[in-house]
Amino acid sequence: MRQARNVLVGMAMVALGAIGQTLINGGGATFPYPMYSKWFSDYSKKTGVTINYQSKGSGFGVQQITAGTVDFGASDMPMTDMQIKEFQEKRGMGILHFPTVLGADVPTYNVPGVTAALNFTPDALAGIFLGHITKWNDPELVKANPGVNLPKNDIVVVHRAEGSGTTFIWVDYLAKVSKEWETKVGRGASVQWPVGLGGQGNEGVAGQVKQTSNSIGYVELIYAIQNHMTYGKVKNVSGEFIEASLASVTAAAAGAAKAMPEDFRVSITNAPGTGAYPISSFTWVLVPEKISDPAKKKIITDFLAWMLKDGQTMTSALSYAPLPKEVVAKETKAIAKIK
Amino acid sequence: MATSATIPQTARPHGRAPFLSRIFSGDSLAQALAFSCATLILALTALLVWELWAHSAVAREKFGFRFLTSTEWNPVTGDFGALPFIYGTVVTSALALLIAVPFGVGAAIFLAELAPPKLSDGMTFLIELLAAVPSVIIGLIGILLLVPLLLTVVPPIKDSFGNHPPFFFSGPFYGPSILAAGVVLAVMIAPFIISVSREVLLAVPKDLREAALALGATRWETTWDVVVPYARRGIMGSIFLALARALGETMAVTMVIGNSPRIVASLLASGNSMASVIASEFSEAIGDVYPSALIELALVLFALTIVLNGAARLLILATGEKGASQ
Repeated sequence: MRQARNVLVGMAMVALGAIGQTLINGGGATFPYPMYSKWFSDYSKKTGVTINYQSKGSGFGVQQITAGTVDFGASDMPMTDMQIKEFQEKRGMGILHFPTVLGADVPTYNVPGVTAALNFTPDALAGIFLGHITKWNDPELVKANPGVNLPKNDIVVVHRAEGSGTTFIWVDYLAKVSKEWETKVGRGASVQWPVGLGGQGNEGVAGQVKQTSNSIGYVELIYAIQNHMTYGKVKNVSGEFIEASLASVTAAAAGAAKAMPEDFRVSITNAPGTGAYPISSFTWVLVPEKISDPAKKKIITDFLAWMLKDGQTMTSALSYAPLPKEVVAKETKAIAKIK
Repeated sequence: MATSATIPQTARPHGRAPFLSRIFSGDSLAQALAFSCATLILALTALLVWELWAHSAVAREKFGFRFLTSTEWNPVTGDFGALPFIYGTVVTSALALLIAVPFGVGAAIFLAELAPPKLSDGMTFLIELLAAVPSVIIGLIGILLLVPLLLTVVPPIKDSFGNHPPFFFSGPFYGPSILAAGVVLAVMIAPFIISVSREVLLAVPKDLREAALALGATRWETTWDVVVPYARRGIMGSIFLALARALGETMAVTMVIGNSPRIVASLLASGNSMASVIASEFSEAIGDVYPSALIELALVLFALTIVLNGAARLLILATGEKGASQ
């Protein structure tokens, strides 16, 4: 019965589309999906415009916008120069990046007897994930956590099994703080991990960490907040141990906003500034420079303007860090670049 | 034959009817339909192979034969090799068979030969239900039930070996492992072995059993020396069906195998399988080489399935003289 109704609704939607309703298709990153789906649904209620979004991963977003099968893509990592070149060759135009919200990765761990939020230095995180720091009572960890009784146990590293924007943010940070990571492992949505087990998705990593004593992994901040997980503080450029929060993530973006490049392709991991959480990142929507269908162009530009104004006020309710004012101002001007 | 159209078909079964009426007579139509169905399947398989072949061109040209022997899997530098995944697929499937075959065949013998019919029917229904459980749910059971269980059971076993455990039980154990994947696969494939083998055993003619019993064989001797050998080909068939499922299983494996593309000769180590890595990494694979390497991996998996199936057929042929039917 329900299925039949769904089919009918689907057919009605197709019929509406045929009459002249313009449908916008997008796809990509999974991390901002709850935010996007709220935005698209509110925007649809307000204007009657339907925006479809397939939440299948950042790589999917880049692939599909390059192939031209979606009207906009979405990604947790900016497109590389090579990807932009490929886009230009295939589509004969440039691609624009628009930051939408902010995210962060947090270290989560399961150490028997330790309930406090642990402090992690950049060297400790890089050392653990490179396999150099193998015990919880390593001097690097003990030094950063005075008064915490760290056991002599072997560290078990847990990472994401599948390609993911969350992984990109994590390894981008490690590559910035460790030369060895940059040359030996590098950056990517998936990398060749020197050590560790892979879990599927944030829930896979979180579950694996919960199940395995003496383990450490990384998850999306929002996932950690929603599941009431304890997570570690990370030492930032100013030398403070910062707990990830909406405020400290926005602070990281504000620190980077001054040097924001024209195309918004910027990594804000290890960002300068007091109070800035160092493993933060923008997430972007990817829009082609030229949109030939005027109806589609109007919807996309209108939506971007709405997202930067009204949309930004809805972020905190869903635990997303809003964009800093400077970035919003700069982006609002950039909308005019869509031809 | 000018009047043939007015003569009923049945009147001259050996004559050649005109084209149209031949088409519309039931037999030819059924034959044509069945033939096109069969060729469609073949064409689909051929198309599949061709697609895999064509889309893996970049990786095939770049890596050549080295793809099969390299243990490197580095998406950052674009250097890919299939060996750790081939190892993971083969070892987990072999382990699954090692566990599931004795259990499955034993259970099938019990259900077909020894159990009271009512009990047998009830249990068979439940076992077939198990075969229908979606693999993602089996995977969840693997994570929530099996892995914690292994974490409590394995360390004491390992300790009982002292300081020098056998190589396949060495190294640290964190739960997700080749062992866990093998056990999960065994649970998934056992129902296939049980239900098909049971059918095959039930199909063994009554006369054979009666003859053996009449000659003074015990019930077990009848079962083991007469019924099972007679049904051997069918049982083998069920095992290879199960193997095919184990090789291709994706979701349940990826949830418990640990997903690290390394070859460690221990069942306690984590690994990865071909199907699992394809499912995990394909959606985020950007560029030319990376997706192409994953597609070549699919091609290798396809080839492996064909080779093992071929080997299975040969094995059945070689041992086929004694077993009579299926």
